[in-house]
Amino acid sequence: MTTTRTPIPIVPDTPKVPTFDLFTTKKDELVGWARKFSLFPYPFVTACCGMEFMSVSSTMYDTDRFGAALPRFTPRQSDLMMVVGTINHKQAPVLRRIYEQMCEPKWVMAFGACATSGGFYENYAVLQGIDKIIPVDVYVPGCPPRPETVIDAIMQLQDKIAKQHHVILRGDF
Amino acid sequence: MAMDAPLVERLQTALGIEVGLSHGMPVLQLAPAQVFDAARTLRDRFGFDMLLDVTAVDWLGQEPRFEVVWHFFATASQTRVRIKTRVPESHPEVESLKPLYGSAAFMERECHEMLGVRFRGNTDLRPILLYEGFVGHPLRKDYPKDREQPLIPYRDA
Amino acid sequence: MDPTFIPNPVRSALAPTAEDDGRVIVNIGPSHPATHGTVQIITELDGERVLRADVHCGYLHRGFEKECESHTWHNLIPYVDRLNYCSALINDFAYCGAVEQMMGIEITPRTRMLRTLLSEYSRIADHITCVAAGLMELGAMTAFLYLMTLRDYIYEHLADVTGARVTYSYGRIGGLARDLPEGWLKRLDEILDEYETYIGRIHGLMDRNRIFIDRMRRVGVLTQAQAISYGVTGPMLRSTGLARDIRKDTPYLAYADLDFEVPTGILGDNYDRYVVRMREMDESVHMIRQCVDLLPAGPINVDDPRCTLPDKKLVYREIESLINHFKLIIDGPRVPAGETYYSQEGANGELGFYIVSTGEGQPYRVHCRAPSFIHMGVTHLMLEGGQLADVVPTFGSVNMIGGECDR
Repeated sequence: MTTTRTPIPIVPDTPKVPTFDLFTTKKDELVGWARKFSLFPYPFVTACCGMEFMSVSSTMYDTDRFGAALPRFTPRQSDLMMVVGTINHKQAPVLRRIYEQMCEPKWVMAFGACATSGGFYENYAVLQGIDKIIPVDVYVPGCPPRPETVIDAIMQLQDKIAKQHHVILRGDF
Repeated sequence: MAMDAPLVERLQTALGIEVGLSHGMPVLQLAPAQVFDAARTLRDRFGFDMLLDVTAVDWLGQEPRFEVVWHFFATASQTRVRIKTRVPESHPEVESLKPLYGSAAFMERECHEMLGVRFRGNTDLRPILLYEGFVGHPLRKDYPKDREQPLIPYRDA
Repeated sequence: MDPTFIPNPVRSALAPTAEDDGRVIVNIGPSHPATHGTVQIITELDGERVLRADVHCGYLHRGFEKECESHTWHNLIPYVDRLNYCSALINDFAYCGAVEQMMGIEITPRTRMLRTLLSEYSRIADHITCVAAGLMELGAMTAFLYLMTLRDYIYEHLADVTGARVTYSYGRIGGLARDLPEGWLKRLDEILDEYETYIGRIHGLMDRNRIFIDRMRRVGVLTQAQAISYGVTGPMLRSTGLARDIRKDTPYLAYADLDFEVPTGILGDNYDRYVVRMREMDESVHMIRQCVDLLPAGPINVDDPRCTLPDKKLVYREIESLINHFKLIIDGPRVPAGETYYSQEGANGELGFYIVSTGEGQPYRVHCRAPSFIHMGVTHLMLEGGQLADVVPTFGSVNMIGGECDR
C-alpha cells in the first residue's frame, strides 16, 4: 500500500511498515470526523454579508445542524474564521493579527464576494481578496450569498476537513 | 415654497449678500473669512441649530480649486440652508465650526483626510476613515482610484 | 523592517497615564461582536467606569464616493444599496430621488406609493435587526431568534419582488426595476400578521423585564441639547423628546397621504431608543396597510427617454430605441449640470445625498450624509461616565451600520 502524500514523522526514525499507514489513515478519518462536526466559527463580521450570517445562524437555516453554531468571539478558542464582508486596508492588519492568534488547526472561509476578491470595490481602500494576506480554505460567492450557499460551503469545508491529514503530534513536539 | 421667500430676504438683509436658491434650498456663496460669522448668525438669529453636513468638491483645473460646502438645519422651522466657499489649492484653509457645533468634529476630520481641506481651530484632524500612514487625499481628482497603500505585505500566491 | 510586523492603523487620542493611578486603557474592537465588527472604542477605565472613550470608525471604508466618480448614475445603484445594508431600499430610493430632483422628473403615482410601502418595509427590517442585535448582546437569545425568523420572512418576501434578500438594487431613476408579482400583497398581509405575533412576544419578554430595565434605563443618556448640537437625527433624536421626522415635517413620496404618529422618548436613554424603535415599527406596519389600500394601478417607470430604458421589443426593432438604450447604458443618463442636497428619513435619521453634476452621464461628486457617521461623533458622550458593561447596549442602541458610517 503506498500513499501519495508525505506524512510528517511522529517520531523521527520510526520504521515505516504498511500497517502503520493503516493506523494513521484511520486516525485521520476519526480526527477529521470529529473536527468537521465541531467547528467553532470566529465570525469576523464587517459588512452586509453579516446580515446573511445572522440569517444562516438562526432558525430558518440553522448551522447548528452541522455543528458549526457556537461562535467563539475569541480567536484562541475558535478554529474556523469566517471573514464575512469587505476587508479594507485599515482592517487588514487586524485580520492578520487575529488569524495569527488562532491555534492550529484552523480554517478560513471567505464569505462573500468582497472577502473573496474585493467584490465590486476596486479602489484605494479595499483589499482585493483576503487571500492576499491569509490562506483561505473555502470561498463563498454571492453578494451577499444566500444562506443555502453558506451551508453548501460549510459542507464542502467539512469534506475537505474529512480528507485532510491531521497532525496530532508534530516532529518538534 | 412661500416659507423660503421671506427667509431668503431675511438672510440677504442680515448678511448683506446675494442668496440663491438650489431646488428650493437657500444657498449662500461666501468668502472663506465670512463663513464663521455667517454660521454664528444662522445659529443665533435664524435658529439653524444643527450642522448637518460638511463636505468639499474638488474642481480640478479651476482656481480656487476646492469648494467647501456646509448644510445647516433649523429644528424649529425644518428648513435647510447651504453655505459654500472656495479655497485655493495653495492655502486650502477655512475656519472650523467646532466651537459652534459638536457635529463638526468628525465631519471636518473626514473632509480633511479625503480632500486636504484644513480647518483652523480643529486640533484633532486625525484620519477617521483612512488610516495612519496613508499618504495623499483620495477624493482629489488627481489621486488615481486604484492606488492602494497596503499596511501589511501580501503573501506569495 | 521585520516582515512580520503588523502596524497599528489608528492613533489613539488617549495616552497612557501614570503607572499607579489605577487607570487602564482598554481597547474594544474593531473585531468585536458588540461593535458590529467595524468600530474600535479605546476606553480609559477607572475600575469598571469609563472615563474617556475614543471612537474610531473607518474599518469598513470602501471608497463609495470615489467609486461614484467613475460609474454612470445607474451603475451606482448597487453601491448605494450597500450603504445602510439593513434597509437597502431606503438608500436606493433616496439616491434615485436625488437624481430625479436634479433631472426634474416626476415619478408615477404607483411608484410613489410603492416606494413608500417598501421604504417602510425596509425600515421594519432595519429596526428588527437593531433590536435583535441589541437584545442578543444583552443575552436574550430567544428574542434574537424570534426577530430573525420574522426578518427572514421579510427577506424572502422582498426576494420575490426584487430578486435579492439583502441588497436589492431595485430602485431605478424614474421608477422601479419591476412591478409586484402575483400574490405579493397577500403574502404581505400574512407577514404583517406574523409581525404582530412575534413583536407581541418580544414586548412580553422585554418591556417589563427587570433585568432589561436595569440594564437599559438611565444608561447611555443623551440630552436633547447634546443631540441637536451633534447633528443627531432619527430615532436617537426622537428618543430625547424632539419629534423631528422628515416624513412628517417636509413629506416626500406619499407620506403626506398617510396617517401616522411620530413616537418620542423622554430621557434619551437606551430604553427610550428601544421603545421608539418598537413604536416606529408599529407605525410602519400601519403605514404599509394604508399604502396597500391606496395603491393605484398604472405604470412603474416614467415615460422619459432621458432615464428609462425603452421596451426590449422596441430596442430590437427601432433604431431610435436601440440608440437610446445604448446611450443610456454606455454613457449613462445625462443629468443637468448643477447640485442638489436631497434627504429622506432613513432608518437611522436624515440620509442625505449631495450630488454635483456637470451634465455628464457620470456624477462629478456624490456625497452621502450618513446618519451613522454623525452618531459616532456623539457616542463618546453616551459612553463616558457609564460602566464598561454599558458600552455594549449603548452602542447597540445607536444602530451604527458600518456601510453607512464609513461609506
